[in-house]
Amino acid sequence: MNKIIITVVGKDTVGIIAKVCTYLADSGINILDISQTIVSGYFNMMMIASMEGTAKDFNTVADDLEKLGKEIGVVIKCQREEIFDSMHRI
Amino acid sequence: MINTKEVIETNEMIEKENLDVRTITMGISLLDCIDSDLEALKKKIYNKIYESAKDLVQTGDQISREFGIPIVNKRISVTPIALVGGAACKTKEDFAEIAKTLDEVAKKVGVNFIGGYSALVSKGMTQADRLLIESIPLALSQTDVVCSSINVGSTKTGINMDAVRLMGTIIKDTAEATKENDSLGCAKLVVFCNAPDDNPFMAGAFHGVTEADRIINVGVSGPGVVKTALEKVRGENFEILCETIKKTAFKVTRVGQLVAKEASKRLGVPFGIIDLSLAPTPAIGDSVADILHEIGVEHAGAPGTTAALALLNDQVKKGGVMASSYVGGLSGAFIPVSEDQGMINAVEAGALTLEKLEAMTCVCSVGLDMIAIPGDTKDTTIAGIISDEMAIGMINQKTTAVRLIPVIGKGVGETVEFGGLLGYAPIMPVNGFSCDAFVNRGGRIPAPVHSFKN
Repeated sequence: MNKIIITVVGKDTVGIIAKVCTYLADSGINILDISQTIVSGYFNMMMIASMEGTAKDFNTVADDLEKLGKEIGVVIKCQREEIFDSMHRI
Repeated sequence: MINTKEVIETNEMIEKENLDVRTITMGISLLDCIDSDLEALKKKIYNKIYESAKDLVQTGDQISREFGIPIVNKRISVTPIALVGGAACKTKEDFAEIAKTLDEVAKKVGVNFIGGYSALVSKGMTQADRLLIESIPLALSQTDVVCSSINVGSTKTGINMDAVRLMGTIIKDTAEATKENDSLGCAKLVVFCNAPDDNPFMAGAFHGVTEADRIINVGVSGPGVVKTALEKVRGENFEILCETIKKTAFKVTRVGQLVAKEASKRLGVPFGIIDLSLAPTPAIGDSVADILHEIGVEHAGAPGTTAALALLNDQVKKGGVMASSYVGGLSGAFIPVSEDQGMINAVEAGALTLEKLEAMTCVCSVGLDMIAIPGDTKDTTIAGIISDEMAIGMINQKTTAVRLIPVIGKGVGETVEFGGLLGYAPIMPVNGFSCDAFVNRGGRIPAPVHSFKN
């Protein structure tokens, strides 16, 4: 399956998850898992999402999310899941 | 499913600890380009390399983007040019023409180095081998991205001392030919014993004749990641130290394996090997010397350094081989001086000498690498240093190499700036006693007794 990992790191503020989720919903990207923590005032969110249902390609989604991050004032990174699987699973 | 902790760990390695894939190197065979007409040969070489590698840089960049891991270099290695050019080249200027073609096509496809301006002369030299070697100063002074390597010995054949003696002069001539740039040409010239056919790292990469038509080899790195992992086990015993290095090497190599497979698939070129080397860069924290410091020596070069390096090299291999089915190339810890800030600091502190570096090369993956020496060092002394290093490789059945830079016009106490990944280096003193009578004997050193295994 074509999965991506989206990480959001930055200063906590109202509506971060809402904005990211709205973008993903509008793009037809399904969220499979979501978790978040606040570490010393900093917002850390990780999402696993599926690219199966979207017409957008990886670069577009990564660019859009990066831009959205700048608007909100957080850093949003988008990576394919395989790099984490390779490193942490035998 | 992947959890947040794992995601954060990976991204911290990339963002804070300089984890990267050091190079994707495409090996390209030029054997089918051989022609007795030099112009036809050059054209065939240009076309084959261009057609094979035109998408290499873009593919590397796209993979980097999707996985979020930097892929620092995209490079090409080719069949040793002495073999390819033998039929067409009658003079050293002819060979230098091929170097210019390699330079041109490498720049066209956007790679930052092309290796394989090489000759394999571990037992003897053909006329073509000799011409290529003699053309090196000219070739490296007329090109920017061409790298040259000469294999002058092996465990199976012994050491070709005629070639060693010749290389002493060639290194000096190359230094002289590129003296306007602090003898930079010598940073692109390496002398080997037991050179591997599938090494993706420069300056020593070439595409061996035992390889397929085209192949993708990947060199991983990650000294910063190992160092950070070791910071968490300070004061623990050797078992825990070794476990930590192994686990880290495993993770780093898995990323390389993923990138290699992906590049191979997208480019339609078979995957060759992963070279699981700890390759430092001048960036702060990306240093093998810093790992040695973290293991417990005040500076690289202090007593205990060779043992620490042996342990590090072995654990890197043990962790890495589990992570990839095809491990090759040089695979181990690199100890270049100019490319490693910790090594530079050790030299400047007076902790690290050429002699200690030589001892360290017995247990690391390569050899005397990126060491600046005084510009007035004699040819025969350079040949003597090469012969010592080749002997270590021959007897210990390992790859050893010498990449010395005699910096013309500079002496001990001065520094030389190469720029970029090549870094800067303090000029190190060389033992001034003569070995002229030894290296001028001529002929070859016979293969050692343990090479007779049949």
